[in-house]
Amino acid sequence: MSELAFFIDYARCIGCQACVQACEECDTHRGRSLIHLEAVGRSEGPQTVPQVCMHCENPICARVCPADAIKQTSDGVTQSALKPRCIGCGNCVQACPFGVPKYEVAIDQMMKCDYCYDRTSAGKRPMCATVCPSQALSFITREEFDRTRRGVAVNTFRFGREIVRTKVYVVLPAGTERLDVRVTPGPAAGAVGSDDVARLLEEVEADGR
Amino acid sequence: MADERPVAGPRARHRHEEDFPIEWERDHYVTRREFAKFLTLGSGLLAAANVLMAIVGRLWRPAAPVAARIGRSADVPPGGSMLFRYPTPEDPCIVLREGTGELRAYSQICTHLSCAVVHRPDRDELFCPCHRGSFSTTEGRPTAGPPTRRLPRIRLEERGGEIFAVGVEA
Repeated sequence: MSELAFFIDYARCIGCQACVQACEECDTHRGRSLIHLEAVGRSEGPQTVPQVCMHCENPICARVCPADAIKQTSDGVTQSALKPRCIGCGNCVQACPFGVPKYEVAIDQMMKCDYCYDRTSAGKRPMCATVCPSQALSFITREEFDRTRRGVAVNTFRFGREIVRTKVYVVLPAGTERLDVRVTPGPAAGAVGSDDVARLLEEVEADGR
Repeated sequence: MADERPVAGPRARHRHEEDFPIEWERDHYVTRREFAKFLTLGSGLLAAANVLMAIVGRLWRPAAPVAARIGRSADVPPGGSMLFRYPTPEDPCIVLREGTGELRAYSQICTHLSCAVVHRPDRDELFCPCHRGSFSTTEGRPTAGPPTRRLPRIRLEERGGEIFAVGVEA
């Protein structure tokens, strides 16, 4: 049996918010949910996707931190910001290709998913994976994944010219080796969808005039 | 692809990556709590060592130095002085006789910076020429200049025209 690994199957997400609630229950950051549950194409369908920290092999959040506050443990888990060091600059929030770090205004600190380190380092499953009813978030062995799932587990991503390898896997259709993410220069240059809240607000404002 | 730039993988480490490593194990970070603990325990240890030294100093005393003959009474006339070594040949001392005829003896080592003091009978003092410190001849207390502690006094006895040193008062 190989060791337990984290698999995200976006297609299985039913948007029940159980992971968001469970994340809040974690003792290391009680009351603050660090998982992201994003709606995809809100105007077209109910699809949601959960996003936990992918725990990059070479964490860009830690590399851009000017205060040396983000550390990676030897088991490949990128920890949340060290409280006495984090200066709340938000560099990591900008840098993370997965949009994981959260800047908490009230405490002027960054907080991010830390793989439920208190639990996973003791052989338990992360909070979100224990509650996910459809197992879109699952913490299982490779053998169990192969036995129960279709599709392939991929941990290589390409953002523009950057190749990122992660500890956490995402489930993609069979035959995929890498997830290529198109990087647009910025919101001003790219076309925004009709579900873009900022654009909708702009339209409302324009109509009101 | 040629334009791909893998972020992960072995590569040369920059200087700042050596100084500020991302790896948890290689990061030597002293928290405020650890530092406060170190300060508290360190000063506690120093205080305990002080108490221990005080107790040891109180309980353990060096053996009383044996009496030693230092000269004849006639060698030290009133207003005169003589040098001798007591209790060991490493300890220079000075004996002087006051106008009243009383003998006094002190360590010759100035308590300021260990220069040798000399007797000045005209001003009735022991004078240290290094920094113009002076001590009274009656008690050895500092009267002027930088010294703050008195000179160790040597107890003397006169027996049949001979002077003997019999002890040191710290």
